[in-house]
Amino acid sequence: MLKITNLQKTFNPGTVNAKTALSGLNLTLEDGDFVTVIGGNGAGKSTLLNAIAGVWKPDYGTIELDGIDVTNMPEHKRAQFLGRVFQDPMKGTAPDMEIAENLAIASKRGIRRRLVRGVKKADRKQYKELLAKLELGLEDRLSTKVGLLSGGQRQAVTLLMATLNRPKLLLLDEHTAALDPKTASKVLYLTNKIVSESKLTTLMITHNMHDAIEYGNRLIMMHEGNIVVDVRGEEKRKLTIEQLLNLFEASGGSKFASDKVLLSK
Amino acid sequence: MAFLNALPGAIAEGLIWGLMAIGVYISYKVLDIADLTVDGSICTGACVCAVLIASGWGVVPAVLVAMLAGILTGVITGLLHTVLGIPSILAGILTQLMLYSANLTILGGKSLATIDPRVNQLLLNMSDNPMAIVVMIAIVAVVIIALWLFFYTEIGLTLKSTGDNPDMSRAQGANVNRNKVIGLGISNGIVALAGALLAQYKGSANINDGRGAIVIGLAAIFIGLSVSLKIKPNFVVSLIGVAAGGVIYYIVYNFVILLGLKTDFLKMLSAIIVTIFLAVPYVKSTYFKSKKAVPPIVTSQIGGDGDA
Repeated sequence: MLKITNLQKTFNPGTVNAKTALSGLNLTLEDGDFVTVIGGNGAGKSTLLNAIAGVWKPDYGTIELDGIDVTNMPEHKRAQFLGRVFQDPMKGTAPDMEIAENLAIASKRGIRRRLVRGVKKADRKQYKELLAKLELGLEDRLSTKVGLLSGGQRQAVTLLMATLNRPKLLLLDEHTAALDPKTASKVLYLTNKIVSESKLTTLMITHNMHDAIEYGNRLIMMHEGNIVVDVRGEEKRKLTIEQLLNLFEASGGSKFASDKVLLSK
Repeated sequence: MAFLNALPGAIAEGLIWGLMAIGVYISYKVLDIADLTVDGSICTGACVCAVLIASGWGVVPAVLVAMLAGILTGVITGLLHTVLGIPSILAGILTQLMLYSANLTILGGKSLATIDPRVNQLLLNMSDNPMAIVVMIAIVAVVIIALWLFFYTEIGLTLKSTGDNPDMSRAQGANVNRNKVIGLGISNGIVALAGALLAQYKGSANINDGRGAIVIGLAAIFIGLSVSLKIKPNFVVSLIGVAAGGVIYYIVYNFVILLGLKTDFLKMLSAIIVTIFLAVPYVKSTYFKSKKAVPPIVTSQIGGDGDA
């Protein structure tokens, strides 16, 4: 469903600040895969997600979604296939617009927008039901400006927006990292619920080893712009944090000591 | 007494500038772009309308063509910004400069085109202020209703979100660049409409019409929103507030003239008003920090405001 071939990206090439973020990465996802992505700072996790989303073009390599080559497709066109939740809770919603308006915009992702009323009565009813499932009391606040919500609430709304029109691929970029632990676990619970109910193909970056092991059916670890560990199925289910650290050490070599502190158990 | 005599004129002209401010509101508040095209496009609207009427066109087609010309100026700025990657504020300045030459050409190399309400049929003129007020209220109402309908359509909502959060808009499949071009077109179309009405009201179009228009527009927006946001912070009330802001601005303007302020200083006054409105929020937050600790936004509870 997602096929990435020999993906390369260097930022600031030819300068002293040159940084190779992706070095010939290959990755294939099957339909319904829920993949957690883990790795130290600068391993290339976010770069990978941004490449898939089309924030910029890679230097080399191809990205295919369901057999369609999207490598050169602009970000807003690619959005028809993708649901995205960002690390920054402010990034996924329009703060000065109502919850219902935000959802209405999301409901037309990948569909030609027309000159007809954006939020109809029937839409409000549907949004109400969907918001009720979040169990955050947002179902009665359809007309509230999103900017008045807390970070966790905004992240939950963004999650709903990302999945309102079933995406071919859901990209979660450390979407709980900026939340306090209690809120983070609630958003993660909702994520797991939505992903498993709709059987969404998902790439979820996390810095939390425990979450990476607990969620999903496959785990990949990145290091220096490439995938160094890829565990799935039965093996993934039995994985422990110690094993994961050992795998990381084996692949990362001497870098391990400095990167270890960046991953939290 | 002199002030009361000047009042109808102030209201009529204030409504014209209020209409222009609605155009500025679309770029400045909705799209989050400080678009300096307006200093040129208001003049383009005035010149096109005056020249067409003087050459025998009917007033309605002349106004419509003036509006189209205004839309075109906004589209040019939008394309300079989105296709050629020029920062929006510079793109506006460049278009504005181009328009100075274009407007001179429209005026046939002269600096002034006159239209006579006794010869040509006009929608409004300063010779009949009560009538001008009625016409302007009707036009402002039509524009506000049209914008209200448009900005709540599927397309209109993404224009709003483009200014509010471009990252989110792109992630939801909105073509942010195209939306900016459309929005700047609409904005300058309204500004040129105001210019066309201004030319009729004054009975002339001058190459220097519109200098500092952006500042007057911003002043009207700040004055209007300072009131309307307290009443009800929604789109339509804001637009009505902005139009009213133009009227308040012109009443104050006439008042200070009557107080004996030299007209040379009026632009200075406009700039000072806008400076104050722009500076107050910053000065407040920087030099007069609130004693209440600001709660961290990002890490707040998921229950958030209300049920915590």
